[in-house]
Amino acid sequence: MSAAVLAPRSALLPSLGAVYRAQLSRARVARIPLLFVATFQSLGIMVMLRGVVSTGSGGSARDLEAARAVVAGSTVLVVAFVALNLLAQYFGRLRATGGLDHYATLPVPAASVVLGTAAAYASFTVPGTLLTAVVGCALFQLSWVHLWVLALVVPLAGAALAGVGAACGLLASRQEIATLLGQLGMSAALLLGVLPPSHMPTPIQWLRDLLPSTYGVEALARTFATHPDWAAVAADLAVCAVVGVLSLALATRAYRRAATRM
Amino acid sequence: MFGLLGPNGAGKSTLVRQLTGLLRPDSGRIDILGHDIVRRPERASRLLAYLGQESTALDELTVSLAVETTARLRGLSAAAARAARDAVLAELALEPLAGRPLAKLSGGQRRLACFATALVGERPLLVLDEPTTGMDPVARRAVWAAVDRRRAEQGVTVLLVTHNVIEAETVLDRVAVVDEGRVIACDTPGGLKALVDGDVRLDLVWREEAPLGLPLIAALGARAVRNGRRWTVRATPDEARDLVAEVTSGPAFAALDDFSLTTPSLEDVYLLLGGRHEGLAR
Repeated sequence: MSAAVLAPRSALLPSLGAVYRAQLSRARVARIPLLFVATFQSLGIMVMLRGVVSTGSGGSARDLEAARAVVAGSTVLVVAFVALNLLAQYFGRLRATGGLDHYATLPVPAASVVLGTAAAYASFTVPGTLLTAVVGCALFQLSWVHLWVLALVVPLAGAALAGVGAACGLLASRQEIATLLGQLGMSAALLLGVLPPSHMPTPIQWLRDLLPSTYGVEALARTFATHPDWAAVAADLAVCAVVGVLSLALATRAYRRAATRM
Repeated sequence: MFGLLGPNGAGKSTLVRQLTGLLRPDSGRIDILGHDIVRRPERASRLLAYLGQESTALDELTVSLAVETTARLRGLSAAAARAARDAVLAELALEPLAGRPLAKLSGGQRRLACFATALVGERPLLVLDEPTTGMDPVARRAVWAAVDRRRAEQGVTVLLVTHNVIEAETVLDRVAVVDEGRVIACDTPGGLKALVDGDVRLDLVWREEAPLGLPLIAALGARAVRNGRRWTVRATPDEARDLVAEVTSGPAFAALDDFSLTTPSLEDVYLLLGGRHEGLAR
């Protein structure tokens, strides 16, 4: 008997696009409440810290540094909440309930599923980060001039954090562990992200340097200066990009393993 | 149309996970349409469409987008995926639900939407794990009509996993009876039923307690399979006729709620072959 003709594989980019589009549509159905929570959390933190940080002509250099750190940290926190925490929970749930079987029995590259989903979660963060950054600039009287840099910060920090989130969700042996890792990652981004590093003890600063979200925060914070150090901004964004590539590659491997597990 | 029949936990889904390339068997061979799936598990997705029991990957999508996305991921172009989506939604009468998310549908409707995703992007083999769970008769008919059409027009092979005896008898050409990870029989439904030919089954349902004080009922109780107020006895037709006459004419009749005499089903085959569970649905 001659073997049956194999149907074609679906190519990387079209299937990535199909996954992205399908995931994006979920925002309408399921994600809206949590996207609001992500934004309100960041707005709340800024309003609270506004009470202890002086702004404008009355503020010291230390206050100005703090204001930049608070606004940049709160903005990137939206990305950490959605791309890291929610994505880790989503993949954890998909893995635990057997939902990965649907993708695993389709001739689709693992990278399409992981990258398409990660890209969608990074996109979910766009309205929240924009709103947080704009409100933050108004609250703390920071310059809006360079906010265009968010067009780089959101995708690159989004890639890094979504990669970590996806890897956590797919590697966790149980759904609860995926949830725990996602929450811990977001807490770390909150605790280490929204305060200026010069206020922190040295070991905490080291810990802060290990967190991928830090480089997104730093890149954004630098652009609030009148004359930003663009080389440093580019270096921070390059770290995000490298972490993004590595963590998404890890997540893709984790997906392959998880899809064909027992 | 080939069926795997067995109660929950018999190993049907494990076997299916191996056939679909999701689980590598410890030993043995799997050959699908000339392809070695143990060595090349990634080929399974290019040979077969699988309808599993879970829909979490699709729950938050609309029916329309779930079907279209699945078609895209099965390698169809954007235009072909939209055409396939429209055709299958029309075929299964899912158009009124097209814009609603799967999670908001009833269990049977959601199952039908998942079945639709298995049909787009034609495959020579359909592996359907309990496809009609929770469906009303109209949806069931739509499922079997769609399957029959593909068998007649494209020569599609179907592997159906079920624990529903009536469904197995009605739609399957051949059936393997599975129990505790082993195939305990494999034949046509008619061929299997011939194994228990001659015997019929007598079901007695008591109003409350069975009148065990009566010698006839006490003797019957010793050989009956009891399931609450329902007793099931296997007997030759002659003996069954006598039993019915005795039960319905004597004092036992006052305690009887209902009774029925039926010819053997695949459930009887399963029990005769040594199946140790009573998890089959009728």
